[in-house]
Parts: sequence; structure tokens; C-alpha cells
Amino acid sequence: MQFERRADVSVTLLVVAPLAAIAVALLLCAGLIAAAGVSPITAYGEMLRGALGSRLSITETLTRAIPLIFTGLAAAVAFRARVWNIGGEGQFYIGALVTAGLGHSLFASLPAPIAISLLLAVSAICGALLLMAPVALRLRFGVDEVVVTLLMNFIVLLFVGLMVEGPLKDPMAFGWPQSVPVDPSLRLPRLVPRTRLHIGFLVALVAALTVWIVQARTVFGTEMRAAGLSPRAAAFAGIPLPRILMSVAFLSGGLAALAGSVEVLGPTGYVTTTMSPGFGYAGIVVAMLAALHPAGVVAAAIFIATVFVGADAMSRATGVPSFIADVIMSVSLLAMLTALLFTTYRIKR
Amino acid sequence: MNTTLDILASASLWAAVLRIATPLIFGVLGALICERAGVLNLGIEGIMTMGAMSGWLTVYWGGSLWFGLLAAALSGMAFGWLHAKLTVSLGLSQHVTGLGITLLAASLSYYLYRMWVQVGDLPPTITPFEPIRFPVLSDLPFLGEALFAQTAPTYLALAFVALTAWILARTPLGLAVRMAGENPHAVDAQGLNPLAIRTGAVMAGSALMAVGGAFLTMAAFNSFFPTMVQGRGWICIALVVFASWQPGKALIGALLFALFDAFQLRLQTAIPGAPYQLFLMAPYVLSILALVLVARRARVPEALMQPYRRGER
Amino acid sequence: MTGPVLELNRITKRFGALVANDDVSFQLGQGEILALLGENGAGKTTLMNIIFGHYTADSGEVRVNGRLLSPGQPRAAIAAGVGMVHQHFTLAGNLTVLENIIIGSEPLLRPDSRRHEADAKIRNLSRTFGLPVDPAARVGDLSVGERQRVEILKALYRDSRILILDEPTAVLARPEAEQLFKTLKGMTANGLSIIFISHKLHEVMAASSRVVVLRGGRVVAERATQTTSAAELAEVMVGRSVKRPTREPHASGRPVIAASDLCVSQAHGAGLDGATFEVREGEILGIVGVSGNGQAALGRVLSGVAHASAGELTFQGEDITRLSPRGLIRRGIGRIPEDRHAEGVIGDLAVWENAVLERLDSSVYSSWGFIRRTESRSFAAGLISRFDIRGATPATRTRQLSGGNMQKLILGRNLATAPKFILANQPTRGLDEGAIAAVHAELLAARSAGAAILLISEDLDEAVALSDRIQAIVKGRLSRPVVAGEADARMLGLMMAGVWEENHAV
Repeated sequence: MQFERRADVSVTLLVVAPLAAIAVALLLCAGLIAAAGVSPITAYGEMLRGALGSRLSITETLTRAIPLIFTGLAAAVAFRARVWNIGGEGQFYIGALVTAGLGHSLFASLPAPIAISLLLAVSAICGALLLMAPVALRLRFGVDEVVVTLLMNFIVLLFVGLMVEGPLKDPMAFGWPQSVPVDPSLRLPRLVPRTRLHIGFLVALVAALTVWIVQARTVFGTEMRAAGLSPRAAAFAGIPLPRILMSVAFLSGGLAALAGSVEVLGPTGYVTTTMSPGFGYAGIVVAMLAALHPAGVVAAAIFIATVFVGADAMSRATGVPSFIADVIMSVSLLAMLTALLFTTYRIKR
Repeated sequence: MNTTLDILASASLWAAVLRIATPLIFGVLGALICERAGVLNLGIEGIMTMGAMSGWLTVYWGGSLWFGLLAAALSGMAFGWLHAKLTVSLGLSQHVTGLGITLLAASLSYYLYRMWVQVGDLPPTITPFEPIRFPVLSDLPFLGEALFAQTAPTYLALAFVALTAWILARTPLGLAVRMAGENPHAVDAQGLNPLAIRTGAVMAGSALMAVGGAFLTMAAFNSFFPTMVQGRGWICIALVVFASWQPGKALIGALLFALFDAFQLRLQTAIPGAPYQLFLMAPYVLSILALVLVARRARVPEALMQPYRRGER
Repeated sequence: MTGPVLELNRITKRFGALVANDDVSFQLGQGEILALLGENGAGKTTLMNIIFGHYTADSGEVRVNGRLLSPGQPRAAIAAGVGMVHQHFTLAGNLTVLENIIIGSEPLLRPDSRRHEADAKIRNLSRTFGLPVDPAARVGDLSVGERQRVEILKALYRDSRILILDEPTAVLARPEAEQLFKTLKGMTANGLSIIFISHKLHEVMAASSRVVVLRGGRVVAERATQTTSAAELAEVMVGRSVKRPTREPHASGRPVIAASDLCVSQAHGAGLDGATFEVREGEILGIVGVSGNGQAALGRVLSGVAHASAGELTFQGEDITRLSPRGLIRRGIGRIPEDRHAEGVIGDLAVWENAVLERLDSSVYSSWGFIRRTESRSFAAGLISRFDIRGATPATRTRQLSGGNMQKLILGRNLATAPKFILANQPTRGLDEGAIAAVHAELLAARSAGAAILLISEDLDEAVALSDRIQAIVKGRLSRPVVAGEADARMLGLMMAGVWEENHAV
């Protein structure tokens, strides 16, 4: 099998690739569903109905997509500069924790818009710092940030557990330990009444737009891309790599933390150690399906949210284990990687 | 201080060290073999999970424990083959593919488990490996409990350390694997197929990883539950760097790590006030420290992470 | 032994639209040393890779001792007694000499490598053919010459009867090269037949018994070495004469950039060990030397990518020793890197993006952090027309440009700012005659306009043609400068070998 580089990368291929990948994933997982003794058609039908079949379910899906947009943007921004941020999960939780901690009483006395903005900002900074540390280790010691960010996820989660069972424990909650809640005045208003869809969705869209503009139009955006495409050539051209990579880390970590912060300010109101069903890791899949493009991130996030919300409903209706959603997601990732290869190379036998 | 010495002097600590180290030894060896051949296998966390599930399930369905280990190894090989096909044959990013394999193997294992096993209030159990009784050795005062009362997979792990070291250093196959990780062009120029060698190494390494996971459900505990691997796979990846990609040092690293882990468990009961999460954090923090300490000096296989495409230099 | 040991019949190989080998046929006789001569891009390496099995020809066949050779399998070539010494060594630095040699020679499933026997055989071959090595040494610690010996021993160990050497003297100094050819002659006395690829005429004349000349993928001439001359071969090799521009001597001005006792350390290969030079307005200073003597370090320190650990670098009176690439760019220093693909341009960016890549932070191409696209694109359009960059519009992905056009882009973006000093590091490496002439013309034009240029080149002819003064670099130190007109081949050869007493000082 010989690879021949294509002359140019067509945009069409970049849009077709994720669709093909998703189709492959759904096809392969149909086999798994059949193995559970359920007709794939029925199952996928239930999935669609559960995710998009009613006004309520659509808002649920969009609500579920919000943190995925943030973590997807975080991964996309980082990966484009070849900063392998796998710590989205930990950054999410730090953002959530800081928001709940400060939003419980400290910032509660401020007018809501100011307090919310401050909470978002502080949470983002904490997430940024959390990623800048491993990247600094890479720049200074040559340590691979993949493993460090992965290990840090576990450390952060334990830390959250420590805080939620200790200093930030909600004394009035029964059952599983949860943190003190954010002051009710600081909760994000709903976009659609009597649903959980909140204005965090708009914040996410604004974030995506901002990332797009930065990447496509600014000097920093080009420097980021150059650093990811060819660090040697970028350094030769005078681009200050350490500064750029730390800035990327700042941006990426901040975005992932916003996911957690918005999730607390929006639907949940408090922090638990199980509030993320893997948003950080799912963000990576979202970013790859989007081919690292901010607009694609929004679309891919909604797709993944559809799969997960739909799978819960499908599981209740048919008995197929809801883990099928994770399988669909991971097969999509691998299929997308393969598809991306074909956008760059032609295969010759 | 007294507590520390008391803990270190107890034979049960050392027995625990070997027990805790066993999945790590398998994992580090597996990751080491992949990386010596030039492939970073971040699918380890998922492969260990799948190994844990498939081994346990085989026994649950009536197979023998050894058959369970074999099933685990085969499941590992299958995912190793997939990882190799994508990263070696197609040359996809080893980082992202590895993560995808972890997500896939883990989610698939949870899905299949939930589909095939009825879980009531408590997860169902199997009869795990029993510690082996040696005629004279198991009755020795200190060493008896520490060294000679382990389960079969633990001794298997130690044997594999020696086997891996021998194969890599002394056999033509091991040389081919090492060369594939240093300069695949050299392998090609001498008439061997670097892609096939890398694929084989990844499959073998993944088999070992899966067996390490199976130890968790077939010896350490006796049931399967989601997220039971708890990041051990990532710790193994860090330990490979710490071990400078050498089997002997990998064993030492795994034992050191297990020592620390076993120690902090006992320290928890000795110091009741401190939150248990701090102790649980220690392994991960230690791994990061180990990486930082060794990073500069590490003699990395030169072609690690570089896909080999004939004709492209 | 009748009949040729190696036959190529009508070999044709295409890469996409490019025809690398076009209906190539020739033969190698027993005990011959055949030279395959041609410029960069003539198809020599491709051809040898086909013989050895790295590539498969689209049509045609290879026969060894009359028997057809299975295409595309190095294993088949090795079994047939063909050994190849690659230009870019296929060695693993972290492994020993012995391990590098025996890889692939034993069945994979053998439980224990037969190291004693291998060691003995290697020492034997080493003695017989005059290639001293220590089997237990780590290859990463060896010199380039020693590594080449290991490469050759690899082939001999597998009992090769036909040896192919790809540009074997590219990394050797003159004395080592002469030793190599003596060794090769000894090998033919021992029954081997040899092909070596070269683009150096003097080598071909001195060492071969027959010459085959390739041009544009085709065989254009075959001669017995004794019956031809360097001049004839040069003409045949280059074909249509593309006249390279000539240098008009003129007076140079004051020093623009000067280095004194510069020391730069490198992880691999020689660094700089107390280099001293100065370049004046309106002159080209040529740095010549065998590859691996510190040229890379010199290039890196003048590009700002590496910093001197000792010594001083001044530019127009200012100390620039500690400056970053951006600092150098801002002061009007142009740099043409050694490796245009890895350092010069970013293939996946558009031509306009690469055109302004070095000056993104200037107010000309950016404002308030946003890129000024119109200005940047028109700058790129200007470069394309002024420097005759073919196959490009500002929006084209730079990867699609040919090597020569990429180099023109790099040259153009530097020259357009009228820099006071230009570092030209191997500026014509890998280019065809037309592109070389264009690059030379631009450099000479810049020189006429008053720029100071430091040219690092492995091509002695190029250096002599372009430079006003020449210094040789050996083991990180520079010889005293020699006026180009006064230097002949012999003197330059001695300088490059480190013999400096006989220079004239300027």
C-alpha cells in the first residue's frame, strides 16, 4: 500500500469525512445493538426520538451540548498547536469547583451580571493555570504533556472529592456528598422557559465565534497554526514558541474550565464528583470530528449530545445498555482519524 | 516514625507490594515492548479494562482461570492489532488513536458486561486465583508470607520480566524489534518488514497489558466494575520512561511504586485524621515527579512515534 | 565469468507526473567500477533504489547474473548478492556496530543470536578489506567516516558480490575519499563489482572504469573512463547550457557583520569552536568545507536559532550575540535556511502567509493584532512576479511549489526588504540548473546593491564563482580568508582538510 500526497485539501472532503465516519460508526454499532437482541432500526429510532423528538428533548440535547462545545473548543485550540491537552476533565472540574466555592457567598453580594462575569473569568484563569503547568514542564524538561494531563485528571477529581466532603460540603444535602450551591441569584437565566436550556448556550456560541476569529484573522492565530504545523520553521521565522504555547495553554485550559463553570451556573447549581460523564474526553472526540474547526465543534458537540441523550432514552425503551453511546463515540473518533487520512493522501496499490 | 518502621517491618506489607505491583509489571512490560518498537500505545487503559472484563467473564461462564487469562490476552491482542493497523499501517497520530482505543475498549467492555451479566445489588463474583503453597518456602518466617504466598499470575509477571529482557537483548527477534524503534529504514534495508515487526510487537505488548488488567478481576478482586483500572494504565506509561525502556528497571519501578501505594494504604489507618483522598493522590503525583526527574536523561528510542512510510524521508 | 553481473533493461519509474527514470538500460561487468553520473534530480538514487528493491519499477527488469530479480523486495536483492550503501545511513545510533550489521541476517525465531561467530566474521572482513571498526562500539559515538565503514561492512557481511554506493564521498574529506576509492579497488580485486553514484566529476574520472551519464531520467551517454574527459562529461551531464551568471569584481565597503571567537555547541556533530570572520558591504564571503564541520552551527547562530556560548557577534557596531530570530529580522538581517522544507516555509500555509511569516508583528502586515490580509496578499503577489515564482498565486498552498520556486519565495521575502546582511545557507542544494542560475543572479544583484552576504556551500564551484573571499571551516574553526581569484583547487582542498599554513592573509 503506497501513499501519495494529494495536491490540495478540498473543503468538501473535510465536510464529508465526519459524515462518513459517523455513518461507519452507526453501522458497526448496529451490530452491537443486534447482539443485544434489539433491532438497530428500532434502537436508532428511539435514540432520535429521545434526543430530538419533542421540544423538551431538543432543549435537553442542546443543554447537554453546551459543555461539549467548550471542551471541544479547548481540545481543538490546543491540538491545532500540537499541545496535547487531555486534561479537559480536570479543567472542567476546577472551573466548576471554583464557581461553586466563590459563587456561594463571596461573590453573591455583587450585582448578578458582574458576579457571573467574575466567576467565569476566575474559573477560566484557574483552568488555564492547570494546563499551563504541564505545558511549562514540557517546555522546560521535555516531559510529554499527554501523560501529565491525564494523571492530573485523577488528582483534580480526588481534590474535588476532598473539597466536596470537607470545606465545601453542603450540610443540607442528603445522600451523596455535594458542594454548597451557588447563590440562586447567580444562576443563568433560561433561554426557553420550563426547560433546562440556559443562556450558557449563547455564551458557548460566542466562544466558538471568538475562537474562529482569533484563529483565522489574528497574528496569534497564525502563529498558533504555524507552531502546530512546523515548530522548526515557526521558530526560524521568529515566532516565540514558548510564549505561543503558553498562550495556547491559557486559552485551552480556560475554555475547558468554562465548561464546568457554565454547567454549575446553568443546570446543576452545585458540584459533585460525578457531574461530568467524561465531558473532557468527549471534547476530544468533538474536536476531531470537527477537524479542529470552531464551527464544526458546535455541530459535532450537538451530534455527540444527541447520541448521549438519545442513548439514555433508548436504553430505557429497549434495554440496550446506554454504554452504546460511548462505543458510538469512540468508533466515530477512530473512523474520523482514518477519514482525515484520506483527505491528505491518496492510496495507491 | 515508629509507625513507618512498624509498617515496613511487616511481612504483609511486602506481600501487598508484590500483589499491587503485578498489574503494573504486566502493563509496563507491555507498554515497553510497544515503545521499543517505536509505537506509543495509549490504548493501555482501555485494554487493561477489556482484559479485566474478558478474563473475568470467561471464568464466570465456566472456563478455567488460565483459560480466562488466555482470553484476556487474546482480547488485548485484538485491540493491539487495531491500534497497529491504524498507527503503523496507516500512520495515524499515535496520541489520538491511542486515546480512541482506550475509549473504545473501555466502553465496549462496559457495554458487553452490562449486556451479558445480570447485576443485582452486588456485582457477581468468581472464585479468583488462590495463593500458591510451596512445600518448604511458604513456611519461612518473613519471606514465607512476603514472597512465597502469591498467586500464580504474580510469578508469571516476574517470569515475563526475565523473558522480555532476554528476548530483547539476545535474540534476533528482539534486535529486530529494537531496530524498528530506532531506525525502521535500517530494518527495511536489511530485508525485514518494519511494519510487520511493529505490528507484532504492539500485539504482543497489548496482550501483556490485558493480562495485567485481568489480574485485577481474577486475583486482586473477584468482580468487575466500571473504572476499576483507575488510571493504572497511565501510570504504566509514566513508569516506562522512568525505567528507560528497560525490563529490569521496569520491574524496579513497578515495585517501588507499589511499595509507596501499599505504604500509604497502611498509613491511612495509622493516621485517622487526614482525608483519604490525599493518600490516593500520591500515586499520580509520584508518577508525574518520576517523569520530570527522568525526562532530560531519557534515551528515547529514536524512531518512537514516527510512522514509517517507504519512500518518504 | 562471461556476461554482465548486473543488467538493467528498460527501467521506467514515475512518481505522479514526474518521470524519474525513463527507459534506462545499462550493464555492469564483473570486477568493474561503474560510475553513475548526473545532476541533482537526474534519477540516479531512484534507479539504485529500484535495483535494491526499495521501489518497484513501472516497467523494465533487473537481472543479476542473468537471473531475473524479484522487484520491490530488498530481501531478494540481498539474497542475489546485491548490497547497498545508502547516502543517508541506515544505522541506529543507540545500538552497537555488531547489532547494526547482523540485523536481518539470522532467522527471527532463533532463540539466541550467534554473536561470537558474527564478531569473528566482522573482524575478518574488517581486516580483509581494510575497514577498521570495533564491533562493540555504539554507532552513535562513531565519526561519519567510521559509520560509512559500518554501512559497507553491512553489505559485505551479507556476502554481497555487487556493491552500490550512493554519493559515498558526500560526507568525507578528500583524504578519506581517496582512501575509500583505494578500498573499492581492492574489493574488485577480491571479486566484487561496484556501482557508485556521484555528481563530482573528478571522482568519476579518478575512480571508475566506466561511466554512465543520466540526465532528466534518461541515459544520455556511456563511456569508458579512459576515453573521455571531465569537460566532455560536464557537457553531457548538464546538456543545454544554462549559463550561470558571473561575478563582476568590485570594491567592498566597511564591515557590516563580524564574529570573533564564536563558540556554539551542538548535540550532534561539530559546533563552532572559536570562529572568527567579518563580511563587508557589497561582498560575498564564502564558507567552504566538508559537510559536518560546523556549517550547521554557523548557520544556526547567524539565524538566531542557536546562541553562542562564548565569543561575540556584532552587526553594524551593535552586539547581537544574544538576539532571537525576531531580533535579527527586525534589524534587517536576511536568512536563507539550509533546509527549506523543514525550516524555510510551512508547507500547509498559503504562499502569502509564508511571505509575511517572518514579519507578522510589524505594523505593515498587522494592526491591533489582526493580520492585514490585503497588504500581505499584494506583497506576495509582488514577490511572485518580481522573482518569477512559477506555479503560485498568493493563495496557493506552499507545499505545491517545486523546490526551486520555494527557494525563490524564501529568497524573495528576504531580498524585498533590502537587508544589509544575508545569510545564504546551502541556497542551491537540490535545485536544477535553471533555479540555481536564478538564485545566483539574485545573490549577485544583492551584492551589487551593497548587501553583505555570507554564503555557506558544499559546492566548491559555486563558492568560487560567487564569493569575493573564501574561508574554509574545519572542526568548527575558520581558516584565514583567501581572495577568490588567488585560490586554486589544490589550495582550497588543503584548506578544507585543515592545512592552513600556506594561505595568503588578506
